[in-house]
Formats: sequence, C-alpha cells, structure tokens
Amino acid sequence: MTRVVERPAGAGLLLRVVPPGLYAGRARVLVERAYLVNRRAWLSLVSGFFEPVFFLLSLGYGFGQLVSAVDGVPYPAYVAPALLAASAMNGAIFDATYNLFFKIKYARLYEAVLATPMGPVDIAVGEACWALLRGGLYSAGFLAVMLGFGLVWSPWAVLVLPACLLVALAFAAVGMAATTFMRSWQDFDLVQLLVLPLFLFSTTFYPLSVYPAWLRAVVQWTPLYHAIELTRALTTGHVGWGLLGHVGYFAVMAALGVAVAARRLGRLLTA
Amino acid sequence: MTTPLVEARGLTKSFGSFEAVRGIDVEVHPGEAFGFLGANGAGKSSTMRMVSCTSPRTGGELRVLGMDPDRDGPRIRARIGVVPQLDNLDTELTVRQNLEVYGRYFGLSRAHVRAKAVELLEFAQLAERADDEVEPLSGGMKRRLTIARSLVNDPDLLLLDEPTTGLDPQARHLLWDRLFRLKQSGVTLIITTHYMDEAEQLCDRLVVMDGGRIVAEGSPGELIRRYSTREVLELRFPPGEQDPEPVRDLAERVEVLPDRLLLYTADGDAALAAAHARGVRPVSSLVRRSTLEDVFLRLTGRTLVD
Repeated sequence: MTRVVERPAGAGLLLRVVPPGLYAGRARVLVERAYLVNRRAWLSLVSGFFEPVFFLLSLGYGFGQLVSAVDGVPYPAYVAPALLAASAMNGAIFDATYNLFFKIKYARLYEAVLATPMGPVDIAVGEACWALLRGGLYSAGFLAVMLGFGLVWSPWAVLVLPACLLVALAFAAVGMAATTFMRSWQDFDLVQLLVLPLFLFSTTFYPLSVYPAWLRAVVQWTPLYHAIELTRALTTGHVGWGLLGHVGYFAVMAALGVAVAARRLGRLLTA
Repeated sequence: MTTPLVEARGLTKSFGSFEAVRGIDVEVHPGEAFGFLGANGAGKSSTMRMVSCTSPRTGGELRVLGMDPDRDGPRIRARIGVVPQLDNLDTELTVRQNLEVYGRYFGLSRAHVRAKAVELLEFAQLAERADDEVEPLSGGMKRRLTIARSLVNDPDLLLLDEPTTGLDPQARHLLWDRLFRLKQSGVTLIITTHYMDEAEQLCDRLVVMDGGRIVAEGSPGELIRRYSTREVLELRFPPGEQDPEPVRDLAERVEVLPDRLLLYTADGDAALAAAHARGVRPVSSLVRRSTLEDVFLRLTGRTLVD
C-alpha cells in the first residue's frame, strides 16, 4: 500500500536537480505561513517602509542643499536609487538573519516542519521567497515615493523592481547561509559590522571617484555597490550592456547562498 | 501474517563517540500500541527520531511502513504523525492556523485542512480556543493541540514521545482517553514513557530500554509474571530499623529500602501472617499487586542514571 507523495506540477527545475529527501516542492507553504503571521503583525511590516523615506528627506533634500549635483545628477535623484537598493538589502538581511535565527533556536519551528514531508530546501527557498516578497513591497513603496518627488527620469525604471527583487534574494540567501553558522546573538554584531559599512560606503551618498584607487577596487567587489550601480543606472537612464554583469553577480550570489543554506539547515536540523 | 509497520535489526545511533542506541531489534505490528519504557537517557527519543525519519541511523537495518528511511524519508513522513517530547507549536499562529498550516506542509488542499481543523479542534476539546494565540494555553491544552496537529494527515502510525510528561492528573487522563480512542479506530501507536501507569494503561506490548539496549520485551502482564511476583508485601519501619534477616525466606526476593522492606511473593497476606508470627513488628504494612514499576526497577536498578 504505497501512497505517492504528490508534487505540484509547477514546482519546476529544483525538483529535478535536488534529491527528493531535501525538497518536496512545497516552499510556497512557508510563504503562506509568513503571510498569515504578518497579516496579524502588519505594523512592524509597514514600519520598514519609512526608513529609506526618512533618509531621502534628511540626506537627499537636507544635504542636497549643499551638494547640488553628482555626475550631472541632482543630489536627491542620485541618492534615492541607492537608498532603494540599500533598503532591499536591509529588509532581506533582517528577515534572513535575526528572524531565521529566532525560528531555529527558540521557536523550533523548522523541527516541526521537517517532521512532515517538507525538506530543508523547502525551508530555505520558502524563507528566501518571503524575504524577497517583503523586500519587493518596500521597494515598490519607495519607488512610488520617488515617482512622487519626480526622481525617476527614465522608462527603464520599470526594471528597477525586478532588479531589487534579485538583489533581495541574493542578500537573503547569503544571510540565511551565514545564520546557520551563528551560535548566539553575539554573533549578530558581526552582521551589523558588515551591513553598516556596506550601507555607508557603497557609493550610496557619493561617487566612487572620491576614493583612492585601492579602496575603489575593494568597493567594486562588494555586493551593495553592484546593486546601487544597477538601480541608479535604471532610474537615471544610463543603461548599457554592462548592467548584465551586475545581474550575473547577484544570480551567482543567490545560487551559492541557497545551496549552502539548504545544506547547512539540513545538517543542523536532522542530527 | 501482516508485515510489520516498523522493523529494526541491530539499529544503532551514535553522536560522536557517544552511543545513544546500541543495537536494538524491534517489530511493531499494525493496530498495536507499542511502548518504549526507559529512564531519561535510555535511548528512547533517539530511537523515535530515527523511526520518524528526522534523524539518520548510524547502523543496522530499519524499515518503516515497508520503506527505508534513508531513501524514502518524505514518503514515510507523509504517512506518520509525530508528537515530540517538547511541544514545538508555531507560536506566531493561532490554534486553528497551527492545524491548517501544518496540513498544508503535507500538501493537503486548503479546503481539506479547513474542514480537518474543525474536526481535530473538536477531538482535542479546543474548539472554544480555536482563534486564540498558542502561548497562553495551559500545558495540557498545548499537548492536546500537538497531538491534534499530528493527526492532520490521517497517519497510519503515530509516534508519541513522552506524551504526558509534566501534565496534571486530569490532563493526563483526558489525553489517555484520546489516545485510547485513536487506538480503537485502528491507528498504530508507538509511545515512549517513563511512567509505568501510562505504559500499563496504553501499551499492548513494550520493551524496556536501559543504556541504549533492550533489556526486556513483552506485554505488561507477561513482564510482571516474568520479572516480578504476583504480589508485593511492603513492611514499613522507622528508618534504620529494617532488618531483612527474619523474613528472608518468606519471599522469592527481598529488597531493602531506607524505610521499608519489599517482599516479592505470590501470596502477600500469607507472608504478612508469617512475618507477624515470627515477631516482626513493622510500623505499617501493605499488600499490593506487582506493577510494571517493580519490573522496571528490577531490570534497570534504583540508582539515578543522569
């Protein structure tokens, strides 16, 4: 008497490449769960939208009184796409590190999930998708604010939303992978230690040309720099084939992150 | 002959150099209520986690529902229900959502889990708390919710790891009643416990585990017959004044405790009369039937293991 575990038709490529013990093709159920949880805690969800808006008002417009333009772009229009990319990063990192760690260590949520046919890849993909969706909401909200202030100059800007989603996915995936190595809340100070300089120094508020050559080379390797290059090019209309390089950067980052996170989660939760 | 739902041969589990399970043979048949009895650290939970396919075995053979957990883990898990030792309910969801979302993990449709949740809330006597948070529920309610959750996929096999530990007597009896009903409806149960009364109430057959090994196997009645006597005479003395010598030959076995003597004998009243005739004057005496507890303490000793 064998009952076959049903797999949804549309669960796609992953089902064919991931061993069945690790993936049931039901990652979306974790997104459903997250939706139910956040429907009740909507205030904390909404609060994440305001942070980049405050930065835009204080730095973009306040500071913008002193700095008229960078590379021919008025200062608010220069800073806004960078804030868009940074908020995609921040939202994704927060969900994938603090929230994930809490669920592993204290809520023991995943222990219950793994007693069902769900596998660690379902968890990794599901949580990454939720982080992505939430990041996408914030990006869309901020993009609307940019439109309102007249900071979007190019029709290419329609692509900035998918770009932000890709950026969020990549940061979420790597954040999750990192979280599986964390032992206590103290380790999260390291996250802050990485995220804050990324936010401040990835050409968010001034161009790469202010740095000495060696520092420029370092910044050009960091992920938020690539994200900002991408969003800024799209909203200001400086579009070229080179942007695909940035897309490739995040595709690789996301794939590596999901692979490591799923593997580590599997080992962490099924000793 | 029916094929066993669980079949283990020489099953082992090690964590680093620590051997939690040291080669056990077990068969659980359909419709049976099977118990793992043992002190804390005897290897019960490790065994349960291997059977529930959430922890890979280190060695030996294991088949669950006729399949190999290493290869068919998800297919097996689709047909079993698990009640872990510590409740791991989803504290960010309501009581009802806990059941519905859990059903969704099994790939059940939204309509199905909605109807199933109503049925299970009734079964667990939680209908009135359906839309409450999980955290303020009492220990007994949380436990009932965990059991209800484990039934959301209509499992063929239900694994319960210490289902009533930490509950008050009312809550325990209510839970036993629910488990008994499940058994009546044909669900195969595997239960771990260190409560002897629980094992006697619920289990058709059980094994006693000690230090990762099985030290005895049988029905509660068989185990009592094999490892104990029909009755036990307890003679209480002021601490330090108990002397086993005058009564040594009145019983098959005499055990000396700090404040009393335990005489294992087929006829407790006769042994008591004989002891009185020899001038033994205990503070009080009691004749009772042997229980699984006597068997358990005989097999695993009275020393604290952890």
